[in-house]
Amino acid sequence: MTARAVTEATFDQEVLNNEKAVLVDFWAEWCGPCRAVSPILDQIATEHADKLDIVKLNVDENPGLAMKYQITAIPAFKVFEKGEVVKTVIGAKPKPALEADLAAYIS
Amino acid sequence: MRDIIIIGSGPAGFTAAIYAARAQLKPLLIASSVEIGGELMNTTEVENFPGFPEGIMGPELMTKLQEQAERFGTEVVYDDVVELELDGPVKRVKLGNGDEHEASAIIYATGSAYRKLGLPEEEVLSGHGLSWCATCDGFFFRQKTIAVVGGGDSAMEEATFLTRFADKVYVIHRRDTLKASKIMQQRAFDNEKIEFIWNAEVARLLGETAVTGVTLRDTVTGEERDLELDGLFVAIGNDPRTHLVHGKLDLTSEGTIAVDGRTSKTNIPGVFAAGDVIDPHYRQAVTAAGSGTVAALDAEHYLAALPKSPEAGTDSSVAEAEFAAVN
Repeated sequence: MTARAVTEATFDQEVLNNEKAVLVDFWAEWCGPCRAVSPILDQIATEHADKLDIVKLNVDENPGLAMKYQITAIPAFKVFEKGEVVKTVIGAKPKPALEADLAAYIS
Repeated sequence: MRDIIIIGSGPAGFTAAIYAARAQLKPLLIASSVEIGGELMNTTEVENFPGFPEGIMGPELMTKLQEQAERFGTEVVYDDVVELELDGPVKRVKLGNGDEHEASAIIYATGSAYRKLGLPEEEVLSGHGLSWCATCDGFFFRQKTIAVVGGGDSAMEEATFLTRFADKVYVIHRRDTLKASKIMQQRAFDNEKIEFIWNAEVARLLGETAVTGVTLRDTVTGEERDLELDGLFVAIGNDPRTHLVHGKLDLTSEGTIAVDGRTSKTNIPGVFAAGDVIDPHYRQAVTAAGSGTVAALDAEHYLAALPKSPEAGTDSSVAEAEFAAVN
């Protein structure tokens, strides 16, 4: 399952008003580590679809949201619950390390 | 059991794979899970790789090297090695997903990792104004004032690249001369947005939740002063990635894997090392590629001398005696 894209137009509905916890992957085309970690996020999304929703936000196309959430390094992953950021993870990591970081939301 | 497993996916790993695959050894290459392609994946234009007079983008070069390795039968696995068993004629490689692979020979080409500043604030501010990847994060520093720490080619490349976004880029260097190649130095000197701060090192990072500046220490006088910044990029060198082989392979006083003369042979028969992980001095894409070639040829030679039948192959003394005989 490929994580779906969200934009500034759909962010409120897909992320802030989502009943589940949502991980937003802030990424860009030019960022090698972002592309490398993308398939790992897709796997986590598939394996934990019941608990955690995973979506992708292209910072190049949605700079307003990148600024709002003070993104200065990518890939950056922010977990939202009830519209609030509850967890931030920065940088591409192997799957076991990412799963450990996200343990509270996927187990 | 396979003939050969290559660990690492930079220029050394993929070049070793091209040679090993063409020798019909059907190599398995463990590329890592998130650092596939190695250091060049985070660079922009590579202008010094022979055969590309117009230059080539780092990621494109690595994609081509991988395609070339796969064209001749290299199998690539996207996972990380978590454990290695190198003694004896059968080498075992355990991956993050639990899979285990066995081979008669290993080429270890894991490259090097970015060196950290070694400051206590580093962890908290990492990703919050402190960055190791200019190509990834430069975009977020439009019209900002930032600094690059370092004096080598990477530092010059990053500083020059970052002027596309930032209004002002300081280069902080602990000496009064640069290690970078002359052409990269000149490009930085000619750039109006770049200002050099010589004989200075970063003593502290300032800012609670994001970088607001640094305290600089003069390396000659010891004097300290603060410099306001929106971001800091670190390019102070790399350290060989050897943690998986500590206590297994001999290292040099510089921390690289020790190899025999101009060969790729480590202290364990059947284990070869190539690229930045054995090279404290040159560390170029093309020297790494050359080093990968050496490792593949050494491994091919070693494999050719092993006893043919699988039963004999499990007897370590026979394999090692054969190895000694051909070397």
